[in-house]
Amino acid sequence: MNVTRRGLLLAGGSLLGAALAESWRRWLPAGSKIEGELVGPSFALGHKLRDGGFPPPTGPIEETAVAVVGGGVSGLSAAWKLERSGLKDFRVYELESSAGGNSRFDENEIGPYPWGAHYLPFPQPESKAVSELLRELKVELGRDGKGRAVYDERFVCFAPAERLYLHGRWQDGLFPKLGATSAELAERDRFDRMMAGFRRRRGSDGKRAFALPLEESSRDAELLALDSMSMADWLDREGFTTKPLRWYAEYACRDDFGASLEDTSAWAGIHYWAARGEGPDDQVLTWPEGNGWLARRLAAVAGPRLTPRSLVHRVARTEAGVELDVLDAGTGRSRRVRAKAALLCLPQFVAARVLESRRAAPPSWLSEFRYAPWVVSNLTVEAPPAGRGAPPAWDNVIYGGRSLGYVDAAHQSLSQDRRRSVWTHYRPLTGEDTRKARADALARPWSYWRDAVLEDLAKPFPEIERSVRRLDVMVWGHGMVQPRPGFLWGSARREAARPEGRIFFGHSDLSGFSVFEEAQYRGVRAAQDAMSALGHPYRRSV
Amino acid sequence: MNLALFVSIFVVATCGLVYELVAGALASYLLGDTVLQFSTVIGAYLFAMGLGSWLSRWVGKNLAARFVQIEALVGLVGGFSAAVLFAAFTYVEGFRVLLYAEVLAIGTLVGMEIPLLMRLLKNRVEFRDLVSQVLALDYVGALGASLLFPLWLAPKLGLLNTALVFGLLNVAVALWALRVFRGEIASGGWLRAQCLGSAAALVVGLAFSAEIGAFAEGSLYADEVIFSKSTPYQRIVLTRWKEDLRLFLNGHLQFSSMDEYRYHESLVHPALSAHPHPKSVLILGGGDGLAAREALRDPRVARVTLVDLDGDMTKLFARNPLLTRLNHGSLTDPRLRLINADAFRWLEGHEERFDAAIVDFPDPSNYSVGKLYTTTFYALLRRRLEAGGLIVVQATSPLFARRSYWTIERTIREAGFATVPYHAYVPSFGEWGFVIGATAPYRRPTTLPPGLKFLAKDSLEALYDFPSDMARVEAEPNRLNTQLLVHAYESEWEQIGR
Repeated sequence: MNVTRRGLLLAGGSLLGAALAESWRRWLPAGSKIEGELVGPSFALGHKLRDGGFPPPTGPIEETAVAVVGGGVSGLSAAWKLERSGLKDFRVYELESSAGGNSRFDENEIGPYPWGAHYLPFPQPESKAVSELLRELKVELGRDGKGRAVYDERFVCFAPAERLYLHGRWQDGLFPKLGATSAELAERDRFDRMMAGFRRRRGSDGKRAFALPLEESSRDAELLALDSMSMADWLDREGFTTKPLRWYAEYACRDDFGASLEDTSAWAGIHYWAARGEGPDDQVLTWPEGNGWLARRLAAVAGPRLTPRSLVHRVARTEAGVELDVLDAGTGRSRRVRAKAALLCLPQFVAARVLESRRAAPPSWLSEFRYAPWVVSNLTVEAPPAGRGAPPAWDNVIYGGRSLGYVDAAHQSLSQDRRRSVWTHYRPLTGEDTRKARADALARPWSYWRDAVLEDLAKPFPEIERSVRRLDVMVWGHGMVQPRPGFLWGSARREAARPEGRIFFGHSDLSGFSVFEEAQYRGVRAAQDAMSALGHPYRRSV
Repeated sequence: MNLALFVSIFVVATCGLVYELVAGALASYLLGDTVLQFSTVIGAYLFAMGLGSWLSRWVGKNLAARFVQIEALVGLVGGFSAAVLFAAFTYVEGFRVLLYAEVLAIGTLVGMEIPLLMRLLKNRVEFRDLVSQVLALDYVGALGASLLFPLWLAPKLGLLNTALVFGLLNVAVALWALRVFRGEIASGGWLRAQCLGSAAALVVGLAFSAEIGAFAEGSLYADEVIFSKSTPYQRIVLTRWKEDLRLFLNGHLQFSSMDEYRYHESLVHPALSAHPHPKSVLILGGGDGLAAREALRDPRVARVTLVDLDGDMTKLFARNPLLTRLNHGSLTDPRLRLINADAFRWLEGHEERFDAAIVDFPDPSNYSVGKLYTTTFYALLRRRLEAGGLIVVQATSPLFARRSYWTIERTIREAGFATVPYHAYVPSFGEWGFVIGATAPYRRPTTLPPGLKFLAKDSLEALYDFPSDMARVEAEPNRLNTQLLVHAYESEWEQIGR
C-alpha cells in the first residue's frame, strides 16, 4: 500500500490531537491554573498609624454622643448595646471596607464563607449577652421543660462535625484513636475525666472555675495559680505523656489561641474544655459564613452609622469629652469628631498608637500583649474529594500538619448539591518569635501560600490541585491575642482596660483570648460603662 | 483471482452481516422483544441491500473510485452505528425512526458493494468463475460473521467496539482497492485522504469508546445495561431482562417494572384516598414519574407538583418510550408541573401549600440524603400543608432495617404529625415500610381509585398490621446535628450484607 506523507501526517496528527485534548491538564505544572490573590486586611492603611503623616482635619466638626472606634465584634456589640438601650446617637468607625473583624466573611457564586471565626459553642449560663443576642436573632427559639435552650436546628453544626486524617485514612472525631494503644486511650479517658471535673468545679467564692466570659470565672487562688504555668508544664505535672494526647491538647491551643503548648497558659488551655457545656450541650452553632452571620446582623443594627474605610488616627481627652481625628481612606482627607464618650474597641497595640496619652509614653504593660499571625485561605473546590475512611465532615483536620485543616462552608447547606464547595483552610503561625513570623508572613507572595496550602491538602487528597479553581489568601498579621503563661491573671489586662476619663476600652484582647463571647462581652461592657458615665439609663447585659 | 481479492470479498461480506447483527442486537437490547426486533431489522436490511443493488446500475463512470468511496462510507457509518444508537436512546423520541434509517442507509451501501465489485472484475476474471467465487465467498463471510458475533464479538468486544473494528476493516478494503485499481482512478490522492480520515475517526472512536458508552459497568449488573449516565447528582443505570426493566441509582435498586406497582400503589393511595379532597399534591423525589402516575389516577387530584433534583432523570422518564409506557406519560401530563430543584431549598423558598405531599427519596444511606429525613425537614414540610393536609414518606424496610424505619416514624411524630405506620410486600425489595404523617385524624380509606393491581378495599387492613418481627422499637428522632438515622441504616443493612 502506498501511503502518502500527507495522509500519514493527517491521521497521526488527529490521533495525537485527541490524546492531547484529554491529557492537557497533566502537562501543565501543578497549581499553575489555579487563580487567586492575597486579599486584605488593609496593611497599607493600618501601617500608616505606625508611620504617621496624616493630613490635619478640615471641614465641619462632626458631633456625636458616642464614638465607637473599631467595627469588629466588640465595636459592633457596643453599638448593638447602645442601640438597644435607646442611645441612638453614635458612630462606628471601621478601618476595613467591611465590618466584622475576625468574623469577617465573603461570598462568591457558590455561597458565603468565613475569613476567620466560624463557630460559637452553645452558650453557658454565664454568657448572658450571647444568649440575649441569640434570642433576638431567633437562633435560640425558646426553652424546653428543663430550662435548656432550644436552638434552630439549621444553625446547630450538622453531623458529622469533625474528622481527623491519620495513617492514610480519615477517622471520626479529633482525638487520634486510629491505631492508638490501650495506654493511650486510657490516658485520654483520664484527661476527659479531669476536664469534666474542672467543668463542674466551683471555686471557694462559689463561682464556676472556668467561665465564659472569663470575668465570671472564680478568683480562687488555687485555680488562678494554673495561669502561671504553661499547658505543657501542666501536662507534664499531671503525667500526660502520650503522643496522641499531647497532639490533641496542642491542636486545641493552636485552634483557640494560635499558640503552642509551651506558649499557652495552663489556665487558658484547661478553659478550652472546661468552659464548654456537657453532653448534648457540648455542641456548636455555625453558619456557612461562620460568625460572619452574626457580624452581618450586628452591622445591620448599626446601619448607616457604621462608616467603613475610616481610620481614626488620634483620640484625645478634652474638657467636654473626647476629640477624634478620622481619615477617610476614600478621599484622603481627615475630619474632626467631637463626642461625649469614646469606646476604643481596638487591639491594644493599635490603641497605643491612636490614643494621645499612650502615644506619648507607651505603657510598660503593652509588650505583654502578644498576637499570633494567622494565614486563612479560601479554596473554591469542584467535585470536592471525600478521601478514604470516614465521610466528609464540617471540620477536617490533618494529623501532624502545620495547619488546622479545613472547614467546609457547604456543610451547613440543606441542599443535596455536592458539586462545588468552599473550603476554609486555617494555619496559625505559632512559634517563639511572633514578630519575626509576622514580618516573614507579610513578605511572602501569594504563590508561596498557594503551594503551602496545596501541599498540606495533598496528604489526604493527592489530586487536590486538579479540583481547586480558586485559592484566595488572607494573612492576619495580628490574628489573635495569645494567653501566654501569666498573662490572663497578671496586671496587664487590668491596666489596659482602665478607662481614661470618658474613653472606655473594649476588645477581646482585654480578655486575653480572641473568641466571639469575649469580644461581645468587652464591647457591651464598654457601652454600659459609657452610658453610666453619660447618665443614660440601660438594662445590664453583662 | 489472487488471495488479496479473496480476503477482501470475505471481509466485505463479514462486515455487511456484522452491521446487521449489531443493529438487530441493539434493538432487542434496548427495546426488548427479540423476535420482533431481529425480524424487522433483517427484513429492512435485506430490502435495503436489494435497493442498493438496483441503484448500482446508475453508477457509470469512475467505477473504481465510487467503490472506494462506498467502502470508506460503509466503514464510517457502520462503524459508528452502535455508538449513535446508544447515544440517541436517551433523548431522541423517535428512536425507532433513527434505527431503521440507519439500517436502511447501511443496507443500501452494502447492497452496492458486490455488484460494483463484480463489474470491476468482469474483464479480469471469466464471468462463470466470477459469479461462483464472489457469491460463494459472500456467503462464507456471512457464516463467519454469524458465528463470530454471538460467540466472541458481542461478549468480548461489546457492540460498540465490534462495529468500530469492522468499520476499520471496511476502510482497509477501500485502501486496498485504491491500490489494485490505481490505473483506473484519476484523483487517487483525495480518495486516499478520505479513507485515512475515516480510519482516523474510527481509531479515535475506539480510543474513547469507554467514554462514549460508559458501559464498562455492565458486568456489575445481572441483566443487560440498556442505559447509563452519570449526572451531576447520581449515576443512573437502567437494565432489562426480558420484560423486566430495573432502575438503579448509584447502584441501589429503585424499582423493577415487574412489581413497582405494588410499591407505588402502596406509597400513594393509603394517604391520598384517606384525604377528603386532595386537590393539590406535592411529590418530592420520584423523578421516575411512577408515584405521579398513581397520584394522577385519582380523579380528585387537579394538580401535581413534582420536585426532583435531577433534570437528566426526569428528562429520561419524560421522553423514553419504554419508560413513558411504564409511567403512563405522567411527567408530560397537563395536570403535572415538573420542577427540577433541590427539595429542601425549594420548600424553604416557596410558600405554596398542598393537600398532600408524597416523599419518595432514596434511602438514607449517606449524610447528604440523611438531611431529608430530619425533624427540620418534616417541620418545614408541615408548614407547606393546607389545613387537614397529610404527608406520606417511603421509610425503608421495617423488617431488614427495623430501627431505621421506626426512627423515621419517630422523627415525623417529633415534627408535629400524627403518624400512621404501614407496610407492603414488594418482591424485588422485600417487606417495605411507609409512614403517613397526618395533621387531622386519619381514617383508613373506604374507596380506592379504579385500575389498581395490588391494593383492594378489603385487603387494606393487612397493611396497618405489624407482626412482632417488625413491631415498633423505641427510637430517638433524627436531627441534622445527630444524623442517627444514617448510622442505624448503615449498621442494619450491613448486617443483611447488602
